[in-house]
Order: sequence, then C-alpha cells, then structure tokens
Amino acid sequence: MNYYTDNPVLKHYLSHPLFRRIVQMREGNYTQAEKYDYAPVDFEDAVAGYEQVLTLVGELCAEVVAPNAAIVDTTGPVLHDGRVEYAPASQQNMEIFRKAGLMGISIPRQYGGLNFPTTVFTLLEDLVARADAGFGNLWGLQECAETINSFGTEEQRERYLPRIASGETMSMDLTEPDAGSDLQSVRLKATYNEADGRWYLNGVKRFITNGDADIHLVLARSEEGSSDGRGLSLFIYDKRNGGVHTRRIEDKMGIHGSPTCELVYNNAPAELCGSRKMGLIKYVMALMNSARIGIATQSVGLSEAAYNEAVEYAANRKQFGRTIDKFAPVYEMLGEMKARLDASRSLLYATARNVDMTACFELVARERTLTPEERQEAKAFSRVADALTPIVKGMGSEICNRNAYDCIQVHGGSGYMKDYTCERLYRDARITSIYEGTTQLQVVAAIRYATNGFYSALLDDYLSSEVSQAMSPVRDRIAKMAESYRAAVERAQSFGCQDTNDFLSRRIYEMASYCIMAALLMLDASANEELFGSSARRFTAMAESIVAAHATFIENYTPELLNDYRK
Amino acid sequence: MELNIIVLAKQVPDTRNVGQQAMNPDGTVNRSALPAIFNPEDLNALEQALLIKDANPGSRITLLTMGPARAADILREGLYRGADAGILLSDRAFAGADTLATSYALTSAIRKIGKFDIILCGRQAIDGDTAQVGPQVAQQLGLPQVTYTRRIVNLDGDKVVVERSIENGVEVVEAPLPLLLTVDGAAAPCRPRNAYRLLRFCRAATPSEQAADGYRYKEKAAADDALTLQEWNLEFVGGDASRCGLSGSPTKVKKVDNVIFQAKESKRFTADDAQIKELVGELLANHTIG
Repeated sequence: MNYYTDNPVLKHYLSHPLFRRIVQMREGNYTQAEKYDYAPVDFEDAVAGYEQVLTLVGELCAEVVAPNAAIVDTTGPVLHDGRVEYAPASQQNMEIFRKAGLMGISIPRQYGGLNFPTTVFTLLEDLVARADAGFGNLWGLQECAETINSFGTEEQRERYLPRIASGETMSMDLTEPDAGSDLQSVRLKATYNEADGRWYLNGVKRFITNGDADIHLVLARSEEGSSDGRGLSLFIYDKRNGGVHTRRIEDKMGIHGSPTCELVYNNAPAELCGSRKMGLIKYVMALMNSARIGIATQSVGLSEAAYNEAVEYAANRKQFGRTIDKFAPVYEMLGEMKARLDASRSLLYATARNVDMTACFELVARERTLTPEERQEAKAFSRVADALTPIVKGMGSEICNRNAYDCIQVHGGSGYMKDYTCERLYRDARITSIYEGTTQLQVVAAIRYATNGFYSALLDDYLSSEVSQAMSPVRDRIAKMAESYRAAVERAQSFGCQDTNDFLSRRIYEMASYCIMAALLMLDASANEELFGSSARRFTAMAESIVAAHATFIENYTPELLNDYRK
Repeated sequence: MELNIIVLAKQVPDTRNVGQQAMNPDGTVNRSALPAIFNPEDLNALEQALLIKDANPGSRITLLTMGPARAADILREGLYRGADAGILLSDRAFAGADTLATSYALTSAIRKIGKFDIILCGRQAIDGDTAQVGPQVAQQLGLPQVTYTRRIVNLDGDKVVVERSIENGVEVVEAPLPLLLTVDGAAAPCRPRNAYRLLRFCRAATPSEQAADGYRYKEKAAADDALTLQEWNLEFVGGDASRCGLSGSPTKVKKVDNVIFQAKESKRFTADDAQIKELVGELLANHTIG
C-alpha cells in the first residue's frame, strides 16, 4: 500500500503551470545543484525528486503510521516528572520519519533541509494526516522553523534550523488560560536581565500542541505595563536550557497522538526572535497563517481518510441482496463527500501556490532589491494567499467534519461502534474547526475581502480563464452563483448597520467560499477532466443550492430579525 | 575501527502479493506479473551492516547482487538506505544458475572485491527458500559462518559475538573475523529510505543505464563517482564459465507440479463432554497440542 501512488489526484498538483515558476525561483534557477549533491538540476529533475519523496512518505504512511494510528489513539502520551512521553507507537513513527530524513522539508539547504516548496510540504502533510492526524501535528510543527528562518537572525538560523532538520521537535506557545482567540491579552511575562543580557520567561501557557517540544516559539509580554498586542514579543525557548515543565496533558476527544500541554514557565531563559513588540502584530500573524494552512491540510487528509473508509465499507456491505453503494441515499453521500474533498483540495493547493510565490519573492528580495513590477506581483500573490487562508481553514475544516459525519452515517450502526476507524476520524476531525482559530474567527478574518470586493475580483479572474469545453457550462453556472453572491454582499451592506454586517457575515463568507471552491475545482477539472470532471459538476450543483439558500435568507432579511436572535 | 562490509542481496518477485497471474501455465514463476523487490531478509542483513557502520564510522558497505540489468534497482534501494556502493554481477553466462553456480559467481566477485571483514546476507530468498547460497559462499571462500543471525551482540578487534535463532530459543556464539553471517527475519527491520540519499542516488546508474537514452545525469555522474554502479561480468571477475549458470548447476528441474490447496471438510463438535474429549484426543494425536 502506498498513499501517494494509490491517489492520482495528488500528482496533479505538481503539474500546475505556476508550480514550474515556483520551483525555478525556489531553486534560484537551479544553481544549488553545483553545491549540494541532492539539489535538482532542472524542473523535471525537481519533480522527479518530489515524487520520490512523496512515494517514500506514501509508503511510510500506509505501512507504519496508519497501522499505528489505532494503538496511538488508545494509548496516548503520558506525563512523567513534568516531561511528556509519547505513546510507544508515536515514538516509532517519529523515529522512522527522522531516519528517513523528513524533518526539515522546507528548511533551506544551507541549514540542512530539503528546501521543498510549501506545495510539496502540503502534499506530504496531506498524506500524513490521512494516516494519522495526531501524528500529523507532531511532524507538521517543523513548519515553525519558517518563523525562525524569516524573522530570526542569521546566527539563530544557523543554530536552530539544522537541529530541527535533524529531527528536534517544535511547538508554538501562544494560548493561555485567559488568552485564546484573543491573543492580545497574553500575560506570560518576559523580563530582560541587564546583568547577563538574557530574557527570562515566567507564567503559564495552556492547550499547547506538543508542548514538551525541543524548541519553542513563545509569545510573551515584554513591555511592562502594556496591555494590548503591541506589548508582546516573540521568543525562542530551547528545552536544553530548562525552566519549563509540563503540568498537565489534556484528556482530549481526539488526536490522541498529539499531546496538548499546560506549561509552567519558571524563569526560563529565552531569546528574542525578531524585533521587540512585533511578536503578535507581525510574527504570530505570519505563523498563524502558516499554521492555518497546516490545519486545512490536516482537514483535507482527514476528509480523504473518511471518504476512503466510507467507500470501502459501502462496497462490501450488503443489504437487500446488494452492496449498499448501489442505493441512492448512499451513493449520494459518497458522491458529495468526494466532491467536497476535491473542492477543498483544489482550494488548498491554490492557496499553497500563492504562499509559495510570496515566499519566492521574499527569497529573491534577500539577494537583491525587487523591481517595481516584481514588488507589485509579490504583493498580489501575498494578498491572494491572505484572502484564501481563512476560507481554506474554515471551509476545509467544516468539510472534513461533514465528511467524518457522513462516513459514520454510511457505516450505519457499525459506525457508532468503536470497531471501525470512522469513529476515530470523527473525533479527530472535530478539533479542526476549533484550533488555530475557530471557523467563526475565520469568518471575521475573511469578511473584509468580501466587503472590499477582493473575492469578487478573484472570482472574475478565475471565471475569465480559458476552460475546457466540458467545463464551459460549469463556468456559466458558477458565474451565476457569483452574481447572486455579489447581490447578497450589496444587500447586506445596504442596511449600513454593523450588527447586520456581523450577523450576515457567516452567510456571505460561505457564499464566497462555495463560489471560489467551485471555480478552482472547475479549473482543475478543465486541466484534467478524468480526475476532476464529475466532482466539479457535482460540487457546482451542491454549491448552487447552498448559495441559493443563503441568498434567500439575505434577500428576506431585515434588521428586525436580529431581535429575534438576541436574548 | 573501519570495516569493509559486503552485503549480498537478491532481487526477488514479491511472493507476498501473489495474484492470479503469478504462475505461468507451465508451472514456472511469471516474474513479469510480480513486482520485483529487495529480498526481505537481505534487508535485515543490510540493517546489520548499517548498525555496524553506525558503531564504526568510516566503515564501508558494498552491496553485491547477481541478476539481470533491472536488478540495479535494488542496488539503488540499498544506497537510499545507507550502503556506500553497489555492484551488479550480470552476464548471460550466469543465467539459469542453481545455488551452487550462484554462490560460485558471487564468490568470484567477492574475490575480485578483495578486501573485506564481514559478509552479510539474508538467511534465504523468498522465491527459492533454499537458505543455501550464504553457507555455500562461506564454504567456497573458506570462511567461518554463523547462520540465522538475530543480533550482533558485540564486535571488536578481530571477533564477533552473535545471537542466532535456533529451534525453541536463541544461542550466543563467538567467531573470528573475517566471516560470513546469514541474517534472519527476526533481526531488526531495515531503516527506511532516506530522503536526502533518495534525491541524490535516484540518479545512480550502471554504465549500461548511463549509456541508454533518457539518462539525464551524465554530467553529475562524471563528477560524482558514487553515482556509478559497478557492472561486472564473468570475464571481469575471472570465473570459470563451466561452473556458472545452467552448465555449472547440478540441480535440474525435472518437473513442476501445480499444487492446489483445497480446504478439507470441516468437522463440527458440540459442547458436551464426549465430543470435547474426542476433539482433544484428535488434537493430541496430530500434535496440534501437547
């Protein structure tokens, strides 16, 4: 079994026209091949290499991680003298991924990494999440290295990145008991000691994924007397220096492979990452965006797992003398699961490409000043990435929950028993729409792109692309959906009332999301009818009815309705 | 201590995933219908070599395989997992070899390599299941051999302490270097392919592969010796053609019978004392229990 080679959909994302440019920029026109024996000599070579590593990870996921997932789920990590001990099967997973050299996927080569673009890291994470979402967290947190790479000093990069590439784990310590969605109220205190020129951290962090990691990124209050986000800085804490212990591992509903910790900082020495006071405003915003794409990827992997479990069960379970996948209510569920899965994946990789292009321009900007045209282009990619991120996180996670729900439904009574994988997927899926910003917060982050017309312009851009003959009618239908979305935005704004805007924002967000997902899936189907054609038609039909439902609600809405909602 | 280690490996059809087309009508194995893989216990042997190398940095692991051109795949597989070099022993003259002719050819190649401290190989291959080639190579080279290795307990100076599987337990033995060890499936599983090595060595090729159309890394290979897999033939290793291949094989396949396993009729026992007694009696009689 191999999770990469058994799923031809994934390879498609290596063939996108923009991907060629991403790789070329990321590889500095393939000049690294002179210096590193594992660097590619051209695009074809790079893709062949990505495929080799995807095949390796696909095999490890199918042969090691997935078979370990059930036992990891029942064992979980334990706390010993303030230290986290992973479940033995989690340790085995980690050990194998370390030996396979998979811990520094996107770290640049000069710091010992593989220098893979975000698109490829995302494909790998997609595979890992399908095998075990909890292990996906432990492994995926290596992406925190990007924060040190982007904002740390050269000396910090040289000190930390090779350690991460060789397998030391990471965590991002943001949340506190009184600072969840509202990170501005973080209280963990950072004090600068003039005598030894070091910072010391004191306080408590809560709900920290992989909290006993080797290297932590910590958001802390460095400006005494401040009370908002501008008083916060980002720090790097190295476990080798001591001063932090785990007080508790949370007893969670799912993702048991991923320890969620309460940490006590007791005069823990730490070093500043980047500039003071920029912790939340700049670095954590960047970190959170990348983490949100990570959760979106986890969601897609889980959606895939749920779909596969459902298909397999329905193809084998017989009732009334036929396998149940022959019955309309079941094939409807399966068809919609696959359509949602494919749509969220099209959106995920579109987002990843924009993140990649943004990073590529940053890479060039380190070497030389960008031309005004390049600056403009870089800005455009980064805006699209920022605008798509709250959609892919919010909708990806909601879709994965829906797929996990339907997966149990396809299993019927058996699905409610602990004997089948689907119940674990259901529990694992539940967190995706909560952590790294709830779906409700994704709506808040996205809504400005609806009101300022950005999503509308993006849709125009997608809908004006060349499409295949088969997708031409689909495009017309999506264009109508887009019209209906624009009318809804206009109507919502026509009341000139902030409470109305807030209240209707979820529906506006969903309308935009369904239009954008349908358009992106249509573009993938246009490039590959065989892989995506039927999904694109199904998803468009589903999206039409959802967009129409929201349109009706908004059309009939008057501000008086708010009173019936509010207590 | 820097050691020279040779690992013998065989490319075999993956008999663990046998489909309906696994056998030809004439009873021979349909190799084209089965994926070709690195013989599983040879991977256990490679892991033992890698563990020795981990403990003795600077040691060198050479993977040697006899087979057709496509057996170069397992040499690359070995490089991905940490071997240092690969030799493909390939010649039409080797075709049709039984275990004796195979071990003769391998022995000739090992003599050509010359310097070695330890030879490791899997206990047996999953296609032939003879477990003869390793011991025969040791015999022909006049080396001590330890078969059924599970674990190398200690290796220092000029001797090795080995834990080996025996019926109903394990045995710990000591033997002098140089020697040959055959490793069984109870030994540590082989480490995974490593991404960095994968990216580098997926370009490794034999001279024939490098000369073929579509090989894109001629420049790289010219600059990096590790990307060229050795390709040795009978003439190069200086063997005696009459001892190789079909002519060197005393084993002749006379006839192959197709055996079809058929489920025997099941027998039902009820839960009363007499029936239970009968069942236990039957199980004792055929040595299932007791």
